[in-house]
Amino acid sequence: MPGDTVKQNSNERLGEITRVNGPIVEARHMEHAGMLEVVEVGDLHLIGEVIRVRGNAVTIQVYENTSGVRPGEAVRCSSRPLSVRLGPGLLGTIYDGIQRPLDRIAAQSGAMIARGEKAEPLDTEKSWHFQPLAAVGQRLQAGEPFGEVQETLSILHKIMVPPGISGELLSIAAEGDYRGTETIATLRDADGREQPLSMFQYWPVREPRPVRARLQMAQPLLTGLRVIDTFFPIAKGGAAAIPGGFGTGKTMTQQALAKWSNAQIIVYIGCGERGNEMTEVLREFPELIDPRSGRSLMERTILIANTSNMPVAAREVSIYTGITLAEYYRDMGYDVAIMADSTSRWAEALRELSGRLEEMPADEGFPAYLPARLAGFYERAGRVETLQGSEGSVSVIGAVSPPGGDFSEPVTQHTSRFIRCFWALDRDLANARHYPAISWRNSYSEYLVEIADWWKNHDHNWKNNRDILMDILQEESNLQHIAKLVGPDALPDSQRLTLFTAEIIKNAFLQQNSFDDIDMYCSPEKQSWMMRLLVKFATRTLVIIQKGATLADIHSLPGLERLMRMKSEIKNDDTQTMAALEQQISTGLDALERSLRA
Amino acid sequence: MKMAGLEYCGVKNIDGPLVFVDGVSNVAYDELVEITAPNGELRLGQVLDVTSHSAVVQVFGGSDALSPAGTRTRFLGSSLRIPVSKDMLGRIFDGLGRPKDGLPPLVRAERRDVNGLPVNPYAREYPRDFIQTGISAIDLMNTLVRGQKLPIFSGNGLPHNRIAAQIARQAKLLNEDVDFAIVFAAMGVKHDVARFFIDSFEQSGVLNNVAMFLSLADDPSVERLITPRSALTLAEYLAFDEGMHVLVLITDMSNYCESLREIATARGEIPSRKGYPGYLYSDLASLYERAGRLRGGAGSITQMPILTMPSDDISHPIPDLTGYITEGQIVLERDMFQRGIYPPVAGLPSLSRLMKDGIGKGRTRDDHPHVASQLFAAYSKVKDVRALASVIGEEELSPVDKLFVKFGNAFESRVVAQGEYENRSIEQTLALGWDVLKILPRAELLRLSEEELKQYYDQSNTATTVFKP
Repeated sequence: MPGDTVKQNSNERLGEITRVNGPIVEARHMEHAGMLEVVEVGDLHLIGEVIRVRGNAVTIQVYENTSGVRPGEAVRCSSRPLSVRLGPGLLGTIYDGIQRPLDRIAAQSGAMIARGEKAEPLDTEKSWHFQPLAAVGQRLQAGEPFGEVQETLSILHKIMVPPGISGELLSIAAEGDYRGTETIATLRDADGREQPLSMFQYWPVREPRPVRARLQMAQPLLTGLRVIDTFFPIAKGGAAAIPGGFGTGKTMTQQALAKWSNAQIIVYIGCGERGNEMTEVLREFPELIDPRSGRSLMERTILIANTSNMPVAAREVSIYTGITLAEYYRDMGYDVAIMADSTSRWAEALRELSGRLEEMPADEGFPAYLPARLAGFYERAGRVETLQGSEGSVSVIGAVSPPGGDFSEPVTQHTSRFIRCFWALDRDLANARHYPAISWRNSYSEYLVEIADWWKNHDHNWKNNRDILMDILQEESNLQHIAKLVGPDALPDSQRLTLFTAEIIKNAFLQQNSFDDIDMYCSPEKQSWMMRLLVKFATRTLVIIQKGATLADIHSLPGLERLMRMKSEIKNDDTQTMAALEQQISTGLDALERSLRA
Repeated sequence: MKMAGLEYCGVKNIDGPLVFVDGVSNVAYDELVEITAPNGELRLGQVLDVTSHSAVVQVFGGSDALSPAGTRTRFLGSSLRIPVSKDMLGRIFDGLGRPKDGLPPLVRAERRDVNGLPVNPYAREYPRDFIQTGISAIDLMNTLVRGQKLPIFSGNGLPHNRIAAQIARQAKLLNEDVDFAIVFAAMGVKHDVARFFIDSFEQSGVLNNVAMFLSLADDPSVERLITPRSALTLAEYLAFDEGMHVLVLITDMSNYCESLREIATARGEIPSRKGYPGYLYSDLASLYERAGRLRGGAGSITQMPILTMPSDDISHPIPDLTGYITEGQIVLERDMFQRGIYPPVAGLPSLSRLMKDGIGKGRTRDDHPHVASQLFAAYSKVKDVRALASVIGEEELSPVDKLFVKFGNAFESRVVAQGEYENRSIEQTLALGWDVLKILPRAELLRLSEEELKQYYDQSNTATTVFKP
């Protein structure tokens, strides 16, 4: 664990370094060490993890730069797997891949991260106001809350019995302010042993936290992005991938999701990406207001930053650190969403370490266990019944950065086997600055079935309208092939109308401006209303044009320009203006239809 | 370089730029090594892999003339450090920071590890200050901000050097006169290219603010791996210790990557795409991420690496991985270059990721974001229309499409194209942008707001405003 230096005592178990090869270090005399145990390497006490054991020799991956480390230096064992510390104070914090708080590291060592720097992940001095929820003599199960703390104004933090422990409550602290490390309750377990409990607990990052049952998904994770919510929705507890070449807007989309999706907790992992992007989130989120809680977005967000210039081994573990924190809040009964940007960098970290270990490579140098690791990660998503019997979910959205934007590469291919929602980013759309550049031709969502009922209760025509718009877009793609050969003017009016309507759908609905105060977030109500209006326009103009109207008549319909601009000119809750626009379009269409009969 | 340390006589194997030394003890990973060739010549090297009794050393000077028996190695106890000081401005160094201009070395200066340390993301300041380069294609469409890393993706024969020199000459922050410096790193480029930059800096009178690190085409290729690190180490000192605004020009990253591949192959590593090592991304990131600003610090490092894309292929691993790390890219297009357009900045694939926060109200002008977005959208349509015109002939295009063709030509010849010594203000550039947008019908300009259209489009507009197909 970072922050917990191994105790110097007489029976300390020391190994000796025999080889240093970048982040991979070999050591001998390590008969006590187990697989995945945390060790401290060398005179600088660099944090590492045992990844291979051969007799009394081990291979260690080190989470910091090993420059200057010499064979012969000592390796100290901790007898503990790589774990995170859980408890109140996680929200609003920025951590590196091994849960070192970057704000405190900056206070200790300045702007550059010095090696061997240690800091407590959670402030041990800070007091939290504890409210007991259980009484002495009560029997408590693993995962059951025995108290709570108001962590931020919008999030109530449940203090739970750690998994694996249960028993009779012997003592519990009265309501009051306590530090996180103080013992606030004692349990007597089945074997009669007393277990002191504090507000903090540990959990090994590579092990999923236990749940009582996995549940069917039923609700959409609303994101405020129309192309996602309407066309390719993700369910709460679902897993999605955003693959796209550089510059197609993976990070922009991830950030928009982190801002506006209706999860209660967001874990944002910057894995092997740019430092400035994390700075941007740090600068922007505290100022943004969550439309649901009315509080700053930072109060529901945890950041894990392992930027591309930070050590590669810590990049590998940052994904697990992030999802463990997410599971912890899920266990309190919250809906958590985790954004991992980018899983390709994580896969590349695996590849780099695998290469240093001289393992036999599979596809494009990636290790053969890449699909197994990806599956293990994405399977930690889900909607569950927690140990305490409440419902919670972890939704995972992973960005994928395929080399050359080619989706046939191993990471994209393997990822698409373990997710059910695929938002393919399109280079041509990005070049036209059509954001979000999610392709309506190559994307899909299998969650459509599960969440259709939710939308049905909300707007009974939702699925129908969605399918109509989707059909127009698909037909347009086909027509474009012909139009590119003969020119659109050679097509009959009804087909040119389809091209025109598709253009309106793209500009007025699919494209969304994340810098526009109104358009940056689109409520589900506004989405279904916009969709209804577009469907009305599409179906009625098709009838009118078959009755003999010209395309020019339709182009000069009153209100058309307002229809094009409705996304940014009509507020989410301004139903009056929406109704007025609908009226204007209907009246125009009526008039046109009448003039044809006359 | 005289320091304590055992000297070992003889090496076991020599393979390309790598030397394998046996029987050593107490050697550190990444440690600097002094190698004495049989003829007495001194070279530097670095430990790449070390066990209790052997070490693999990468020799910066190349391994020619070394022999197993006659080569001596001395381990110097620390990793490679170079001196850093303000006095280095106006001077020329080799890739390892040793003077190349005949002047004495800096003895009293502080020495710093060329690898630097990662910047804590928490301690960064988000870059937002607009730099006016005077080049419309950059200022208007792909705005550069102070602390950004924006590479130029070029091809052989394209005018990337002239553009980089023009930016270095004209780059300024609006309404501010500040302490600035240029750090120039050249890896594997020809002597005349280095000469071109020196002349260009001299002409614009900034030579005394430039520090140069040259590892030219005839220098040993391994030295190229250290050259950008030396340059960035000095840049970090100037920016974060001395509070200067530093522009780092690095050319040519393709040569750097090839050296990296050479070492990886010599070590027998498992190659990834096109023979480049699997850690190419991490390695490039360790260079590119050394840009930016710090909280509460005055200085900044703006990086402009130049790379030539092998056979103009943007999906080649070098530009591809670079694009994933840097904050955008300026892509040069051969087709525009052949049509005589300077600078041949490709409209669509070029991108500046930090642009959104560096422009607009209170920074450039309120309408800038929408104008840029509209120009991109319209220009993207131009590409479609041109493709169509090449099939059915321009005459057959619809009236609106014909306007798009006209717009596209005007955009390239009036907004993008400009003189090598023409320095346009952002107001001039925006006015040009509106001029060409006026060629298009009003109803096509959906990315612009009603007020913006009223203010800039409707004034003295002669084009038809009603869309009649």
